[in-house]
This record gives sequence, C-alpha cells and structure tokens, in this order.
Amino acid sequence: MKKSIMALAGLVTGLSIMTAQAALKPSVIYDMGGKFDKSFNQASYNGAEQYLKDTGTKYADFEIKNEAQREQVMLRMAQRGHSPIVVAGFQQAPIVERVAKKFPDTKFVLIDAVVDLPNVRSVVFKEQEGSFLVGALAALKSKTDTVSFIGGMDIPLIRKFACGYEQGAKYVNNDVKVLQNMTGTTPAAWNDPAKGSELARAQFDQGADVVYGAAGGTGVGINQAAVDSGKLAIGVDSNQNYMHPGTMLTSMVKRVDVAVYKAFEDVANDNFTSGLQVLGLKEEGVDWALDEFNQPLLDETVVAQINNLKQEIIDGNISVHNWEDTQSCTY
Amino acid sequence: MSRVNVQEVPVWLTSVVIPLLQLALALMVSSLVVLIVGENPIEAFRVMVQGALNLEFGGLHNTLYYATNFIFTGLAVAVAFHAGMFNIGGEGQAYLGGLGVTIIALSLDHLLPMWLMAPLVIIAAALFGALWGVIPGILQAKRGAHIVVTTIMFNFIAAALMSYLLVSIIAPLSGEATDSRYFASSAVFPKWHELFEGAAFSLLNPTLLIALICAVMVWVLIWRTRLGYAIRVMGQNPSAAEYAGINAKKIIIITMAISGALAGMMAVNEVYGAHSRLILNYTNGFGFIGIAVALMGRNHPIGVVLAALLFGALYQGGTELQFEMPGLNPELILVIQGLVIFFTGALERLVRNPIEALYTSTRANLQAGG
Repeated sequence: MKKSIMALAGLVTGLSIMTAQAALKPSVIYDMGGKFDKSFNQASYNGAEQYLKDTGTKYADFEIKNEAQREQVMLRMAQRGHSPIVVAGFQQAPIVERVAKKFPDTKFVLIDAVVDLPNVRSVVFKEQEGSFLVGALAALKSKTDTVSFIGGMDIPLIRKFACGYEQGAKYVNNDVKVLQNMTGTTPAAWNDPAKGSELARAQFDQGADVVYGAAGGTGVGINQAAVDSGKLAIGVDSNQNYMHPGTMLTSMVKRVDVAVYKAFEDVANDNFTSGLQVLGLKEEGVDWALDEFNQPLLDETVVAQINNLKQEIIDGNISVHNWEDTQSCTY
Repeated sequence: MSRVNVQEVPVWLTSVVIPLLQLALALMVSSLVVLIVGENPIEAFRVMVQGALNLEFGGLHNTLYYATNFIFTGLAVAVAFHAGMFNIGGEGQAYLGGLGVTIIALSLDHLLPMWLMAPLVIIAAALFGALWGVIPGILQAKRGAHIVVTTIMFNFIAAALMSYLLVSIIAPLSGEATDSRYFASSAVFPKWHELFEGAAFSLLNPTLLIALICAVMVWVLIWRTRLGYAIRVMGQNPSAAEYAGINAKKIIIITMAISGALAGMMAVNEVYGAHSRLILNYTNGFGFIGIAVALMGRNHPIGVVLAALLFGALYQGGTELQFEMPGLNPELILVIQGLVIFFTGALERLVRNPIEALYTSTRANLQAGG
C-alpha cells in the first residue's frame, strides 16, 4: 500500500503527501441528474477522479435523489469527518448554509451558488462569457442568419446561458435571428434526449442551422439531431466535440472539474481559502473548445476572430451582460 | 359454517400473509440483482434495515417522515379508487398544495405564531390540492373527459405553473434561484430533533400525527357515512348508484375534491414542516408513489399506513445503502423499490390466486373429510 502510493505520487513529494493524506478525507455531493450526466455533475466527478489518479486519495461521494436527502447527507458527510465537502449545484446552497454553520471546522466548496461563511468557498462561473463566444461563432458559421438555443428547464442559470449566446450572435451580426426553446418544466428536462432532438428539428425547420444546447443529458439528442439533419451543434459544460466530429461546431466548457480538483488540493496543502471565486474567460473557468475534432470545421480567420473576441472580453473591452444582474436580457 | 363459499378468504390471509409473501418475492429478485452487481445481498439488506430503523442517525425518524408523505398521497388515491376513479394527479395536487402553504406562510409568517399559523397552512394546502383535484373531477362529471388522462395532464400543468411562479415571482422575494425564502422559524412546525434534546437530525415533524388523523377520518368517511356509502356504491356499480338515486356527478366532484385535498396536504409535511420553504419540484415523485401505496394497502387506511411505512423504510434505507455500499448506485436502489411495486401491485395476482386457491381447496378437503 505504502509502496504503491509512493510510486504514484513520486518519490520526492511522496512523503509530504503521505502526511497530508492522513488528514484529507475529501467528498463530493452531486446534484440530481446523477454523476454520469455527461455534463455538469460528471465534470465534478472527473475532477475528483483525476485527483484520485494523481495522488491516490480516496474520496466519498453521493448522488442526491430527492430534496429530503440533501441535509441528511451533508450532515452525515460532516459527521464522518469529511473535509472538504464539495457540493455541486445551486439548489444545495440553502443547505450548505445551515450545515456549514454547524461544522465550522469543516471546509465546504459550493459550486454554482454563493454562501457567505468563513468555512465556505463559493465557486461561480461566468457562463455568459463562454456562451457569448459560442454565440458569436454560431452567427459567423450560420448561412441562414438564424441560430438557435435549447435550454433544459427554464431557470435563471439557463437564461444566463441563453442571454450570453444571444449577445454573442448579435455582436457579430446584428441581423441574426436567435430562436430559443426550453425542453420542459420538470427536472426530467435535463435528461430527455428525444424531446431535445424534436426541438432541434423544429428549430432547423424554422431555418436555424446552428443549435446550442444547455440542457444536460438532453444535449445528446440535440447533437444527434444535428448529425441527422446535417446542421451544426454546440455542446455544453464538458467538451463534447468528440461525440460527432464534423457536426459538433464547438463546446462551451465549464471547468467544474478544475474547481473540484483545486478544492481537494488546497485543503491537502493547507492553503484553503474561503470566499467567492468568480471564474470567467480570464480565469479559464469557461472557454470554447477547439481540438482535433472540430478543427476541420473552422478556418483560421474564424478561429482568430473568436480568439480576438475572447481577448476583448478578458481585457474588459467587451462586457457581457449577466442575466442574473437585472433578471432580464437587456444589454 | 354451513356452506363453503369460494370467495370467503379470511382477512389475515389477504392482508397479512399475501403482502408479506409478495414482499419476500420482491426481495428475492432484488437479491439476484445485487448479486449480479457483485455485492452481498444479505449485507445490503442488513444495511437497508438498519438504515431505516436506527435511532443513532435518525433513521427511524426519517422513515416516518417519508411515510407521512406516502400516507397522504396513498389515502388520496385510495379515496378516489373507492369511487371507481384512478387519480394519477397526486403529484400535481401536492405541488399546488405547496403553493397554498407558501402564499399563507410568506405573507403571514412574521405576524402569526406557529399554533395560529398551522391551521391556516393546513387549510390552504387542502384547498389548493382540492382545487387541482376538482377541476379534472368537473371535467369528468360534466364533459366525460377521462380522469386518468386529465389528472396526469394536470401534473404537467402544475409543474409548468409552479416553475413559472417560483422562478419569476416567489424566488425574487428574497429566495434562492428556484426556491422561496425560509419561513420564519417562529411560525413553522418544530422538527423532532428540535423538540427533544439529543435526538439525531431528521425531517420528522408533527405532520405525521395529522396524517394519521386523516387516515382515521378517511376510514370514518368511507365506511361510516352516507357520503362514503354513496362513494362505494358508485365505485362498485355506477348504474346501480344512479338507479338508487345517487347523483353520480356530484359524487365524482366531491370525491375528487377530497382526494385532491389529501394529496395537497403532503405539502404540510414537506413545505411547512420539513423544509420550511417551497422548493422547485419538491414533490419528487412522491405523488406517484401514492398509487403503489394504495395498491399495496388495498385502499384501506390501515393498509395504506402500513404500506407507507414500508415505502418510507425503502427510501430511508436506500439512502443509507448508498452511503455504505457505493458500489450500488442509486439507480439500483430504484430497481429494488420498483420490484416491490411490481410484485405487490402489477403482479399482485401472481401470489394471490394460488394462495387463495390453496386455502379454499384445503378447507373444502378438511370439511369433506370431517
């Protein structure tokens, strides 16, 4: 056991990590949707798995299946001495607030929402910035001057994606039409590929030729519909370019995995900081994905144009409106 | 007994032995599933039972808390079933009940103490649930729109309405993104662990007592009142009911109102008692579990309470199982719960028919021999 950990961690740093590991009992609580949603929750899982691979540190995890479990599970994690407890999903925020107060020595990391307590680190992403870039790219690639968006459930977080996308598309072409649909009104909307595919087809019929899906597992159907109709699709959260090379234009990646990894690492190295972390393009918390799978779809000028916009946002020359600031998409 | 009646099978057999056999069968098949995944089924069930019954981590309390929900939704299905109607809309009716609770609580929670607030909240939950049940009832009675279709559609309408209200109106009133704010603690039911020093955390709250009172009231209603008699006649033979002068339309509407009110009161447990706030999609399928609970409980209040306890234990034990045996993912726990529903509900006759046949033939033989 000792030998294998040493081999994994490397001889030089092995010893220091061993001592740190004695105290480190990290854990992750996923939100409903499950850890294999190919999207948000899976990104948290990937971060934890990566840390396990790199350091050999085991972690506990739990997939929330109903509201009643939230507080119970978080309490049990804390009682068992887990720290940090990484909590993925904005719906967990009120519970983190209650439990973190009861366990002031336990470190909590909340993703996608904000709780202001000395032992809680809140990590939120500027999804509007990443969505702006993919929106701009969609408008550039559209031959019909019509692009579309499919959200999961109609909640503020998803409106934030939609609003950023619309801004990006309009920025490069003010005449572009942006169609928008939400998949449903129940959480089933996060995992309804058939409906996603139907909506995408309906949008294609209305002239759209690039679709951006921010709908978790529903995206699988959206991406497939693009393949079947010979249109382009944009993935979300995780890099989904590999799913259908040739029709996946790009993905708006949200580095939840990095946030989880960093949380584990910071507690292990004893330099955990609480407070708010807002990760945008500048902090590499969100980005557009360019790899060998979508390279053939993009010529150099387009790539340069998008990277240019990215730099403008990073430099603050373009400010992307956040839906949540005004509860509306007026910019 | 002078004559041998084929129909006559004693209550202990139909209500105790047969459900237990069905449960055992479900657990046997579940064990196979657990084995296939590569875990020890005996260990898994030990963890589940202990998880559902322990006092140390509030297991028993949480089992009772879940059971409270299922008693309400189970009774809702049972009442409608006695009138021959299949109310699949418990989910939506409970969701709307939550709206009633929230409107009262958000507007009055800083003014009223708990003991004034609780009755108002209970009435509001029942009224809103009844409203959502009575509309399909009216559509069935006056226009012949089938209750199964309309109630299930109303679940979606409820979900859409509530999403809109929560995101656009309720959450902005200083709530979170998709939830309302917490109700003032002086205005809500205390939870068990707040009442008793040293008790482990759980969501159990006094709503359990209300659920049990409702179970008694349903029994009185169905078997001890004129209305209950009319409901049962309607359910067994609508033409006979009509012929006997029972106003079928009126009975349909009233029954659906009662059924909806019972489902709506689930919100008292969830929104008012356990969470003290309205949460997006808080019903989480508990309304549908009510159908299984009513089926297993054979639409009798006592049966419903017992079945609700079983499902409460499955939910709480399932949570604990997920903790202790990470190899069993939550979908597998859903499979176990599904198998219980399958054997007690869908395949009910699989056990019942042979057992009843065996009983009657043995009896006949005994009597012939004696």
